[in-house]
Amino acid sequence: MNFDPAALRSEFPILSRPVRGKPLVYLDNAATTQKPRRVIETLERYYAESNANVHRGVHFLSERATAAYEGARETVRRFLNAKEAREIVFVRGTTEAINLVAAGFGRSRLQPGDEVVITALEHHSNIVPWQLACEQSGAVLKVAPIDDAGQVILEEYRLLLTERTRIVALAHVSNALGTVNPAREMIALAHAAGAPVLVDGAQAVAHHRVDVQALDCDFYAFSGHKVYGPTGIGALYGKAQWLEALPPYQGGGEMIRQVTFEKTTYADIPQKFEAGTPNIAGAIGLASALDFLAETGLDAVAAHEHDLLVYATAMASEIPGLRIVGNAQEKSGILSFVLEGVHPHDIATVLDREGVAIRAGHHCAMPVMARYGLAATARASFALYNTRQEIDALAAALRKTRELFHG
Amino acid sequence: MDELRDLYQDVILDHNRRPRNRGRLAHPTATLEGFNPLCGDRLTLDLEVDGGVIRDAAFDGEGCAISTASASLMTEAVKGLTVDQAERLFDDVHAMLIGGGEPEKVGKLAVLGGVKDFPTRVKCATLAWHTLHGALQHRHDMVSTEEETP
Repeated sequence: MNFDPAALRSEFPILSRPVRGKPLVYLDNAATTQKPRRVIETLERYYAESNANVHRGVHFLSERATAAYEGARETVRRFLNAKEAREIVFVRGTTEAINLVAAGFGRSRLQPGDEVVITALEHHSNIVPWQLACEQSGAVLKVAPIDDAGQVILEEYRLLLTERTRIVALAHVSNALGTVNPAREMIALAHAAGAPVLVDGAQAVAHHRVDVQALDCDFYAFSGHKVYGPTGIGALYGKAQWLEALPPYQGGGEMIRQVTFEKTTYADIPQKFEAGTPNIAGAIGLASALDFLAETGLDAVAAHEHDLLVYATAMASEIPGLRIVGNAQEKSGILSFVLEGVHPHDIATVLDREGVAIRAGHHCAMPVMARYGLAATARASFALYNTRQEIDALAAALRKTRELFHG
Repeated sequence: MDELRDLYQDVILDHNRRPRNRGRLAHPTATLEGFNPLCGDRLTLDLEVDGGVIRDAAFDGEGCAISTASASLMTEAVKGLTVDQAERLFDDVHAMLIGGGEPEKVGKLAVLGGVKDFPTRVKCATLAWHTLHGALQHRHDMVSTEEETP
């Protein structure tokens, strides 16, 4: 298929709006992606034509809403190539997915002296839930270090895996640096030590083909809004035997089989983890986004974004005083950088006035910043609708920033 | 670029490039750390107060141009002021930065006023001033820009 970003752009209404009198150059996709028209229309159509609660009603609309919601689960299954739809739990996003697993481990599987292994690349949402679980259980958090390029040092990671390791949690792609972890190899190493693995896929699913069976991960978490879908919806994949083994995360309606004041029995997976009325519209909107991405073709998207990264990296090397932070061999479409003598927040403010949206700050990854002795970086992150012309606009705005600050 | 030049005036760029009173005092009578959790910027403010008068002031820390220039201009401005005068200056500058004050009241510090058109950057400018206010109130814990403003 011929990949045509210009045609794709026209499917995203927001991309044609000006910002501060300039064409919008949206390069903050690692924070959230924009939404194609069909996702926006799916949400509207659901509320206009199908809205009802799921799994309970016997009336027409409830049946329709339930079919659409469970259809969305099947779409997520296909997207991740999970074995069964019941291995997909709808959650609010990656953060809730990780909290669900970490809380379950903290309550039922972690003992004093047990160990949880993460990497130095993690987002706060793949650190803090494990700290909470360790605090509660007396387990110890171990962190696999990274090298100067921003890659996990595999020999060190290997040394952390012992018979005390109860679970490993790692990012598929680093949100702060763009590093792609060798997830398959790291999962195999963890399994060899007898530990299951949770993969934080928030920065991966929109950019690379993900196959949870090929990865052989035990859990995989991602957010809808980073993959062209709505906010407030995401999914947790868990191997059926793991989801069955973990205790419920929240109690309430929808997740029970039978309730008496003496004893409650829980529903089967995945309903066991979906207490309360779920984000039905969100799930259906997410499915629409995943269909869009599948039709566009993830391999073509990955190739396009790789081209943008290569182009942007070359552009960056021509700007005096610019230093890229994170130079992993395997990198996703994320360019984290600092500019000599200009704080990242000042860069972002000047770029914003040129219509260029980037992120500046610690990217919810303060330990990554600390590793490089930085408080913050500026970050441009790419999506399928970005173009080389937009990277030229970024370069021009960065040169303007330099002129302003260095005169 | 006009609004940008209002924010990044030459005085601000100059204080960013060559901050005044950067470093630590040898014998401070008050020291306080300020923190902006939104961006992670931190600064440490040292004051030497003697007989109700601020004899010396210095700040240390890394920050953006706005927070660095604001701290630099502030330490210049408060030297020689009484504690009461410095508190009044804090009130006037704070009012100007959040968009309700009168720039004429604060003299040279009016150059910081451009920040009111950049809502996401106001706290960069107020960080040093909140820290000053806390230090004059004899606080010893860390001041955060996310606290309720007095």
